[in-house]
Amino acid sequence: MLITPLFLAEEAGEQPNPLLPAPYDLLWSAVIFVVLLLVFWKVVLPRMQALLDERAAAIEGGIKKAEEAQAEAAAALESYNTQLAEARAEAGRIKDQARADAAKIEADLKARANDEAERITAQAHQRIEAERQAAFTSLKTEVGTLALDLSERVVGESMDDARSAAIVDRFLAELEHDGANR
Amino acid sequence: MLPLLATAGNEPEPFHPPTLADFFPPIFLLQEPTMGWIDGEEPIFGINRIILVRLIAAVALILLFVLGTRKLRLVPTRGQSLVEMGLGFVRDGIAYDLLGEKDGKRFLPLITTIFFMVLAMNFTSVIPGLNIAGTSVIGVPLVLAIVAYVAFIYAGLKKHPGAFLKNSLLPPGVPWPLYIIVLPLEFISTFVLRPITLTLRLMMNMLVGHLMLVLFFAATQFFLFSAGGFYTLFGVGTLAFGFAFTVFELLVCVLQAYVFAILTTIYIQLALAEEH
Repeated sequence: MLITPLFLAEEAGEQPNPLLPAPYDLLWSAVIFVVLLLVFWKVVLPRMQALLDERAAAIEGGIKKAEEAQAEAAAALESYNTQLAEARAEAGRIKDQARADAAKIEADLKARANDEAERITAQAHQRIEAERQAAFTSLKTEVGTLALDLSERVVGESMDDARSAAIVDRFLAELEHDGANR
Repeated sequence: MLPLLATAGNEPEPFHPPTLADFFPPIFLLQEPTMGWIDGEEPIFGINRIILVRLIAAVALILLFVLGTRKLRLVPTRGQSLVEMGLGFVRDGIAYDLLGEKDGKRFLPLITTIFFMVLAMNFTSVIPGLNIAGTSVIGVPLVLAIVAYVAFIYAGLKKHPGAFLKNSLLPPGVPWPLYIIVLPLEFISTFVLRPITLTLRLMMNMLVGHLMLVLFFAATQFFLFSAGGFYTLFGVGTLAFGFAFTVFELLVCVLQAYVFAILTTIYIQLALAEEH
């Protein structure tokens, strides 16, 4: 009909058989395949593999690094704790030492003060004793002299020194004896 | 349609239906030398539009992957992660998944090449200006099917030098009288049908896809500019269908590349397996 020539306009020639490969078709297909195979095999995939290996190594390295860091941190914590304990022990030791020192100083001071007091007391006793002795001696002499003077006047005669000394001594001994008995 | 066509103009542009001749455009380069072929003399190195489209796809593929993997970084850039994703999909999703890491690595170049070659040449079917799949003419599917065929037979013979043919043709666990039936069936399915189905599945999908797209867009052209009038509405409809089928074609492109690659891998896997 009318439309038929329109549709047939292009269908004039013999229809080719699409299942029959032409030599150039096969040849170029094979060439392209071989070239692409070589490109993927020798260039692209080795690069990709290298990248994957590198990436795996990087990840493993990262994990290792993290582990190392963790170990380091643990070691640091350990040493910190040790140091802290040491410092505490040291502080305690110093405190004890200080306390002991203080006690010792106090004891020393006390002892020294006691010594001083005793020394002073002893000195005082000594001095008192000495003064008493001196007083006694001078008293003895004066009392003797006085008594002799008195007795000379009473007796009216003088006596030699040796005799008078013996008399005074005897008299004093009696006095002492009396004093002791009283 | 007829009355309108008659009144559309003095010389209305006729409707150009898609034909199989689209897949055999004239050879414009290297028409010589020729050789005797099945139906007469054919050029050996002839380059026509289809071959040109394939070459463009191949060059694009090479540029993409060679430049894309030139400076690979541990922390990928956006472009690099796309390239890595593509390669990783074939490596992890197909090769390692089916063959394991050891055998997968051996056949990875082959599988990767097949996948991306088919994918690139499928995509040319929807790229404006190219508009035809490099895989829609039998050469590429046939060559790749032969490669897959050789690959799985090689894999089987290498792994089980003595037992591969026996394992393939005489599956264990079948009573021996049945071998009379099983042997020819196994032979045909394994060694005859596999390359044929690989070839035809890919080629026919892309061929028909092209015919559908041409049909819709040629009809749109005809309805909008030749028929005119009321038929413009049809043109809108066919354009919408053309759009939808373009999207569908994209899906088919990826799917067929995946199917071709995964079937090749499965054939290799079956050949490597201890027993069928």
